[in-house]
Amino acid sequence: MNAIAPIDNARGFLRAAEAMPVPAWAEGLRAAGRAALAARGLPNRRVEAFKYTDLAPLAQMTFTRPEGGRAAPALGAPRGRARLLFVDGVLRGDLSTLPVRPLSEVAAVLGELTDPMNQPLAALNAAFAEAGMVLEVPAGEDAGLVELLSIVTDEAGPIAFHPRHVIRLGAGARLTLLESAEGPDHLAYLHNPVFEIALAEGAVLTHVRLQREGRAAFFLSSVHAAIGARATYDNFTLQAGARLARNEIHAALQGPQGACHMNGAQLLGEGQHADTTTSLHHAAPECTSRQTYKTVLRGRARGVFQGKILVSREAQRTDGYQMNQALLLSEEAEMDSKPQLEIYADDVKCSHGATIGALDPDQLFYLRARGIPQEQARAMLVEAFLAEALEGLADPLCRAVLEEALQQWWRQPA
Amino acid sequence: MPAVTETIETVQSVTEGGYKWGFTTDIETEFAPKGLNEDIIRFISRKKEEPEWLLEWRLKAFAIWQKMEEPRWAAVRYPPINYQDAYYYAAPKTKAKPKSLDEVDPELLRTYEKLGIPLREQAILAGVEGAGEVPAEGRAPVAVDAVFDSVSVATTFKERLEKEGIIFCSISEAVQKHPELVRQYLGSVVPQGDNFFAALNSAVFTDGSFVYIPKGVRCPMELSTYFRINAKSTGQFERTLIIADAGSYVSYLEGCTAPMRDEHQLHAAVVELIALEDATIKYSTVQNWYPGDAEGRGGIYNFVTKRGLCRGARSKISWTQVETGSAITWKYPSCILQGDESVGEFYSVAITNNRQQADTGTKMFHIGRNTRSTIVSKGISAGRGQNTYRGLVRISPKAHGARNFTQCDSLLIGNECGAHTVPYIENRCLTAKVEHEATTSRIAEDQLFYCRQRGLSEEEAVGLIVNGFCREVLKELPMEFAVEAQKLLAISLEGSVG
Repeated sequence: MNAIAPIDNARGFLRAAEAMPVPAWAEGLRAAGRAALAARGLPNRRVEAFKYTDLAPLAQMTFTRPEGGRAAPALGAPRGRARLLFVDGVLRGDLSTLPVRPLSEVAAVLGELTDPMNQPLAALNAAFAEAGMVLEVPAGEDAGLVELLSIVTDEAGPIAFHPRHVIRLGAGARLTLLESAEGPDHLAYLHNPVFEIALAEGAVLTHVRLQREGRAAFFLSSVHAAIGARATYDNFTLQAGARLARNEIHAALQGPQGACHMNGAQLLGEGQHADTTTSLHHAAPECTSRQTYKTVLRGRARGVFQGKILVSREAQRTDGYQMNQALLLSEEAEMDSKPQLEIYADDVKCSHGATIGALDPDQLFYLRARGIPQEQARAMLVEAFLAEALEGLADPLCRAVLEEALQQWWRQPA
Repeated sequence: MPAVTETIETVQSVTEGGYKWGFTTDIETEFAPKGLNEDIIRFISRKKEEPEWLLEWRLKAFAIWQKMEEPRWAAVRYPPINYQDAYYYAAPKTKAKPKSLDEVDPELLRTYEKLGIPLREQAILAGVEGAGEVPAEGRAPVAVDAVFDSVSVATTFKERLEKEGIIFCSISEAVQKHPELVRQYLGSVVPQGDNFFAALNSAVFTDGSFVYIPKGVRCPMELSTYFRINAKSTGQFERTLIIADAGSYVSYLEGCTAPMRDEHQLHAAVVELIALEDATIKYSTVQNWYPGDAEGRGGIYNFVTKRGLCRGARSKISWTQVETGSAITWKYPSCILQGDESVGEFYSVAITNNRQQADTGTKMFHIGRNTRSTIVSKGISAGRGQNTYRGLVRISPKAHGARNFTQCDSLLIGNECGAHTVPYIENRCLTAKVEHEATTSRIAEDQLFYCRQRGLSEEEAVGLIVNGFCREVLKELPMEFAVEAQKLLAISLEGSVG
């Protein structure tokens, strides 16, 4: 079922990948990525998982390799304990406050959580895999808040960069990762990060992501998380940028009583296409999962949500919930939604819900009747609509950053 | 409907579990040679004395089919089907066309009697049919078209319906008597190349029912077709076409059974419904094809294309299905809501027990303004059954004010089965509203305990709870059918608990 038909459209990418020097640690990973690209190509709409998001147009693009090094963009004050910075696709140790660790140190586990043959984003990343964040928090330690920033400047040119980030938390360790990606609106660059996250027993990772890439950019991203017993993975992703964005989360609850929260918002305007695809595997008993995704569409925007919950036979007493809602604010907007449950255990409680609609005219009328101007009333209702997705976010700093981003989106023209 | 009562009696009288409709009728059958090619299609067309245009229509479908690939995307598993290793035409041998029921082979009449389907109008009216306990007064009769393998063997109440201008006959007869209607509408909702199995059906379809309800007529009785596969190594490819002209109403029922055999038999039907302005079609199915044995040997592959077109304003098409049989059920009865303010409904109960598989659901295409659709699906998995709801709700940019509500609930009984939900929701209209909910759970311990405490056996308790779970759908069925469906649910789940 769902066999991926052979698509031969990745030759440009393959040539570029083969031209790169290969460090020893990357040999296996890059070879696997190239093999998958050669065999499967960039998925088009005939591939079920990409039914609503066609990646074939990427094959027409010509990207350059990031050179980086010169630009030193203005940065705000550090928000957390440490910061890791990418400028124009290159990891800048000189501007980071977190020591840069080479991927060779974690070579043994690289690619452990990904399946390039069936995950085209991971395959593309693997074929080009380069340095990213390597963060290991020892058992019992609380690493506080760490920032991961990617800034593309005007000078970058049409670069493609594929960082691979590895995060491993020991038993009972804690970390909050605040991630932000941005760039100028006129550059057609490609940012394709892959996260490999392993959480040992009782570890807690809060992962807040802010995607504000330029409006001509491509953003592909996949998070692969293995969640141990009693561990918690809490992901919040705001997608507001890029011309084409696809954000995949593949999480597996591998030990009993683990928890996975995936929440997010997509705020899209004219000409934007954003896709959030989650795949959650309940592989152990007594785990809990919660997902709330909200999409707001203005102008000729297209939003996509696909969310799959797979419950294995062993995962008895699973409690799974997923909700995705979209708000259409223009005649030209389109929302496609495909929630999915695949359940093989009988003692479970799983549900999903989806709604798509416009602002409620009664609610608007109520606010207008109280003297609130039309635009302000609409803004209030949109904010209220998004509030539910933000609710689960405990960290006040992350919350403030997200609320600010939201305000900014609403102020800019559709 | 005394016939149904009789069926229930038959069911009740058998204490042992199993499929009660699995007998074979020993009757002389005429086959076309095995295999599938243009000659076979010509043979079928000749047998049915079809006009040239229909033969050409079939051949075109066959040409399309040959270029198509069998779809594999559904969540069902089966070994490759050898399309050359089956008979595409099998009909009971008759000397001449029977003019009345008296001339129909008594063996055939006995078969339908055993199945609880009355073919004798008088008998029903006198209330002597079946158990005879149910008085006939106050009960609306049901007109039946009985399809046995590749041919329709009898259609009842034709004259009475004709008085109202209603046409109810086999599609073969309609081709002869009402070619203009058939030619106008055949393939207008499900075109020849729609999908692999619809193309196959268009090439080799043999019989099925044809219904035309004239303007402003409310059909005075339920119309029903009973499909029976009897012969070995055959497939059944029926084609049903129902046209409800402006302002008319019809309720149509479909039932089906087959003998127990080790082999798998393919049933690839096409059903097309057309509702013009202000017309309503209610289409109910109780699907009880042979499901195969506990190990998955034998059973029907039920790969069916059903689609209704709400062409006129304020028209309505309502599908209700109770799917208990078949080794594999793979179908999506759909509605194209073209007329403004047209309404589509889909109510479904699908049960998979033992090794049964089902991938079923619906598609609602909202095209007209203020169109509304409701989807209620109840999936029950037991044994090693796999049950998938797959559905599509598509709102086109011009479907202003469109509204959809979808509710899918799954129930799991036992830890070796699976329940899956795959809805696709596509909204391109600002003023449309789409809502979808799905839940999956098992029978709650406290519900079971409550029933057991009141002296019900575990199996009875499960039957009661499952019936409650399905109530929203069952209440959409015509009353007599609902009673039978409830019994069927219990039978289908036999052996799944304890």
